[in-house]
Amino acid sequence: MGQIMTKTRAAGRTVGGLRTLSLQAPAVTLLFLWMIVPLAMTVWFSLQRYNLLMPEMTGFAGLENYRYLFTDPALWTAMGNTLLLVGAVLAITVVGGTLLAVLFQQEFPGRGVARVLAISPFFVMPTVSALVWKNMMMHPSNGVLSWVAESFGLPAVDWFSSLPLTSIIIIVAWQWLPFALLILLTAIQSLDDDQVEAARMDGAGPVAIFFFITLPHLKRAISVVIMIEMIFLLTIFAEIFVTTSGGPGLATTNLAFLIYIQALLDFDVGMASAGGVIAIILANIVAIFLVRMVAKNLES
Amino acid sequence: MTTVKTKTLAGDGQAPAVSVLRTSPMRSARTRRLGLTVLGWAIACLIFFPIFWMVLTGFKTESAAIADPSLIFSPTLESYIEVQARADYFKFALNSVVVAFGSTLAALLIAIPAAYSMAFLPTKRTKGTLLWMLSTKMLPPVGVLVPIYLLFRDFGLLDTRTGLVIVYTLMNLPIVVWMLYTFFKDLPKDILEAGRMDGASTLQEVMFLLLPLTLPGIASTGLLSVILSWNEAFWSLNLTSSNAAPLTAYIASFSSPEGLFWAKLSAASTMAIAPILVFGWLTQKQMVRGLTFGAVK
Repeated sequence: MGQIMTKTRAAGRTVGGLRTLSLQAPAVTLLFLWMIVPLAMTVWFSLQRYNLLMPEMTGFAGLENYRYLFTDPALWTAMGNTLLLVGAVLAITVVGGTLLAVLFQQEFPGRGVARVLAISPFFVMPTVSALVWKNMMMHPSNGVLSWVAESFGLPAVDWFSSLPLTSIIIIVAWQWLPFALLILLTAIQSLDDDQVEAARMDGAGPVAIFFFITLPHLKRAISVVIMIEMIFLLTIFAEIFVTTSGGPGLATTNLAFLIYIQALLDFDVGMASAGGVIAIILANIVAIFLVRMVAKNLES
Repeated sequence: MTTVKTKTLAGDGQAPAVSVLRTSPMRSARTRRLGLTVLGWAIACLIFFPIFWMVLTGFKTESAAIADPSLIFSPTLESYIEVQARADYFKFALNSVVVAFGSTLAALLIAIPAAYSMAFLPTKRTKGTLLWMLSTKMLPPVGVLVPIYLLFRDFGLLDTRTGLVIVYTLMNLPIVVWMLYTFFKDLPKDILEAGRMDGASTLQEVMFLLLPLTLPGIASTGLLSVILSWNEAFWSLNLTSSNAAPLTAYIASFSSPEGLFWAKLSAASTMAIAPILVFGWLTQKQMVRGLTFGAVK
């Protein structure tokens, strides 16, 4: 009897296993190919002499591409720009998003509509938001910002030539602040009202409640926002492509744009791939933490 | 003013003191509410302003668009008509529709069986598979730009809708599997169990029980995938030029400095973002689930 039981159970498991395999196979195989083939090719190309403009120059290059890249000041400028862009946008969106989440959690007439308006920029395609800002907001003579400055008697700012990176930061922050708000607003809604009420009874002011109850409650959501934004912000591309094209000089060239220049403008496959490998490594450092956190969440 | 008055009164007797306690918190609550309303609306309008301004500019003439900012102008549909006549706007819009919905449909078809087996036939490896799928999302596109570009060139996929559909399907597949998995898991197991008892095959079980019951979840998953594909700008800018260019790439062509076509840019942009704004408003809540991989609920 017991033998039969174990036998059927074992058989059931194999059937289940086979079913699982066949059901998941398409998704897993496709994703595996999508990830591993280009990844292997990038690593391989990064070790080759491979320039589409110089077809006679081929062969194994070892770490030459990396050495060349690391001694090129453009890489360090691009890295610096990438870090500045990521850091500044993160600071603006996380601090701003937290404060706005608290604000839009309070009850006031028309709150629902106000929330929808504030979240909207996240759904605007990057090329549209970049061009609307570049032309209609930040244009030195006809933009709204210069009109506002002039009506206060201030000189108009030529945003993209005098403050190029700041301009990009403003545009990207405008797109991602609503993302942070959306996530944090969802998280803040699970805050226990009784706990807040009890603290208020005990004489805690709004500032104390924010720092000792709201902020600890949002800790987890804030770290999720930081990690997800980092992964996307590390390789911001479209906003730079349509506004400054990385200039003036290299002032707004980040890692993604540098790789694009090397690959599709200079046709240096080897160098671009080496840059790609660096981008992948950077993103993975962040990703490890995010995956760990999600894994912990899966268990609970 | 009132507080001063009541304070002096409060010194005289007991009764007014009570009324101080009663009225002043109410009054301060009212001013607080007013302050919140003003602040909330001011910030919301400030954030929304560029979109509002863009929509407005789309209804101006080109000369009015670059004149001093003004809310008063005679609205015209000139730019909308011209965008269509000159640039063949609908060709790009059609590309966007085909690519966004095509890739979403493909992703759903591949993801539904996978999510089904993960939710209802979990094995020891299920969690690992889910996390691995998630980690493929972390690969920055720019890191694999070169090989994808070369592969697309060799297979003749550059500047084709098929090529973009392939990329977007794979790009969104992890999120789609993940969201479907969470929706399927929320479904009480007994329901499918009952169906099986009645002799339903797996296919019948999925078609007649699972899909109808989780339709809202599937719909919001699909909408998120459409939104992400519609707005994607890295691959569309790098892998298309004229034939398969979706709206993101078409709008980018307005960045060339030859003349200022702000009204036309605005008209084209308004049409490009309107459907997605509505989709986004409709699915905000479920989007959080998908965008954070269930880490924020």
